Amino acid sequence: MRIAVASGKGGTGKTTVSTCLAALLAPEHPVALVDLDVEEPNTQLFMDGELLHREVVHKHVPMWRADQCAHCGQCQQVCNFGAVLSLPDEVMVFAELCHGCYACSELCPHGALPMEPQPMGVLRHAVDGELALIESRLEVGQEQAVPLIKHTLDYVDARVPAETITILDAPPGTSCPVIAATRHADLVVLVTEPTPFGLHDLSLAVETMRLLGREMLVVVNRHGLGDDAVEEYCRREGLLVAARIPHSREVAHHYAQGHLPLAVPEFREALGALAEVLAGRSS
Amino acid sequence: MKEIVVISGKGGTGKTSVTASLALLAGRDAVVADCDVDAADLHLLLAPDPDVEHPFAGGTLAVVDTQACSGCGACEQACRFEAIVVENGVAVVDDVDCEGCGYCARVCPEDAIVDERQTVGYWQNTSCRTGGAMVHARLGIGADNSGKLVAKVKAVAREEARARNTALVLVDGAPGVGCPVVSSLSGADLVLLVTEPSVAGLHDLQRVYQLVASFKLPAACILNKADLHEGLRDQVLEFLTAEGIPLLAELPYTTAVPAALAAGKTMLEWDISLAARLRAAWQGVAEQLQQSGRTP
Amino acid sequence: MIIAFTAQGDNWDAPMDPRFGRTRFLLVYDDEADTLGVLDNEAVANEAHGAGPRTASLLLENGADVLITGNGPGGNAGRALAGRVKVFAGAAEGTAREALARFRAGELKEFAI
Repeated sequence: MRIAVASGKGGTGKTTVSTCLAALLAPEHPVALVDLDVEEPNTQLFMDGELLHREVVHKHVPMWRADQCAHCGQCQQVCNFGAVLSLPDEVMVFAELCHGCYACSELCPHGALPMEPQPMGVLRHAVDGELALIESRLEVGQEQAVPLIKHTLDYVDARVPAETITILDAPPGTSCPVIAATRHADLVVLVTEPTPFGLHDLSLAVETMRLLGREMLVVVNRHGLGDDAVEEYCRREGLLVAARIPHSREVAHHYAQGHLPLAVPEFREALGALAEVLAGRSS
Repeated sequence: MKEIVVISGKGGTGKTSVTASLALLAGRDAVVADCDVDAADLHLLLAPDPDVEHPFAGGTLAVVDTQACSGCGACEQACRFEAIVVENGVAVVDDVDCEGCGYCARVCPEDAIVDERQTVGYWQNTSCRTGGAMVHARLGIGADNSGKLVAKVKAVAREEARARNTALVLVDGAPGVGCPVVSSLSGADLVLLVTEPSVAGLHDLQRVYQLVASFKLPAACILNKADLHEGLRDQVLEFLTAEGIPLLAELPYTTAVPAALAAGKTMLEWDISLAARLRAAWQGVAEQLQQSGRTP
Repeated sequence: MIIAFTAQGDNWDAPMDPRFGRTRFLLVYDDEADTLGVLDNEAVANEAHGAGPRTASLLLENGADVLITGNGPGGNAGRALAGRVKVFAGAAEGTAREALARFRAGELKEFAI
């Protein structure tokens, strides 16, 4: 079963929830925690294990072969992203703009733009007993998160057994990296906070998940801190608030330290109930 | 005209809340640009006047003329993103997977595919309660390439600053390290890093700072929730010192911040001691801008 | 020498455009023939992706030796122009005519790509 943990707004507690759910479920179930926030992956700051596998993930970009080139300009013509420039004496490729569609390469009449691998990030797979910790990290300077997210999900498909409860820590926001991370999830847990920013971004996240046809649950973190507007919104929209995690400076302190706040009773209780629901659903 | 870009790496450190307060301090002297277009929140604090929404065309999507389509499958062969498949003798496009590369349209022997430009978002340019102009945008749900909409917001903000003869453009930047942040940072005269004393906050700060340093941009820092964790605060300060990033202010971890937000107010308006620190930070920003004196 | 200007209009009295990639027009001046060509960059200005390289390409196709502009080209455009075109930035204020005068008077600094 695949459970994505997402949020419209960053900083609502997405990673706190995904890591703690993994920690609560792992003793009794096979669990995989997959960090798909490839621009700023944080899960390994809180949980780590023995390294099982590490791979450099590549994207393919066209590389110009001067000796084959007839300077026809076809490559620049067929690139929709402005990633290939056919200059009088040189064909220039702008790798960060390249989407890897292969059009210029395959449509070049002279085979002057073969696609070559270029490193874009690193995938790391560690294990802690029955818990698999998979994280992908985009190289700083690489601008596109989506290809790495897709590759990581393919890796999970291939390497993680179907009975595993797979928790996907998604990136924040609602644009294409989030879509890539959540679109095939069986369930999406949306983490929000009871503030105007939390509410606004939750409504965008809900719209996104509806577009993707994903089933959702809402978790309200820092409950008690702001106002009731988020609860009102969930009521109006028929969204289930599956957990309310009380605001606590102690929890924030644990988190700041890089520790899972499971030692704080109210926190553990709130998430524990959610973990049970998820465990029940996945069997 | 100078441009200040506020970023954080990690979401939730208070970037937008701080930007809103600084925008009020700047008043008419700044055009505000909300470049956090994927879930933009700044307007909730600065209350821009409503305006005509200008559509922003982003990438393209493949659209199949089902009458002309012969079901030959050349498109399916060409597509690297598994976004077009032949089903029941006709090509069908998955709008979410389609990257808008146009390859299928180019290889279709029947000319049955059109590469159609999409509206991915909307932008507005109005006045807000700082007394100055505010340019903001919203990205369509699931839209591609927020970096381009960011570039548009910045371009409009700069033009507005030129037209109004405003000294500053103050940008609420995007989180992360991908193309929206890169786009947010382009042309900045000063980068303001808003961070918090936590392991995750420091980790993300270090990553985004790599990007800032690679563009050779001057940077300064505001540490929010500063008293949340002493040990981590020390680590953040160590990092800042090592990289030569001046610390302009420390803001305490206080419920005053969400309380202000719930009331639609900035920290500056809500709490006197926060206001004092924010003013000091703004003074620091002015000094940094003078010192760095980047010429265009 | 062919001198190009990033401009907001299509003649000598047009205000300079501080941007490169998304400049609305490129004015191309052949100082030997004393002729001024106008390149409409609207399609690229509205293009979301890769405006810098596309405008650079336009500039190079038209044989520019010198570019006079405001902010200077971004990284991608810079890569395309380096070693091919001399760039002079800082000419964002005033008209294209005034920018030419400043260039000739040696007032503009060469922009290091």
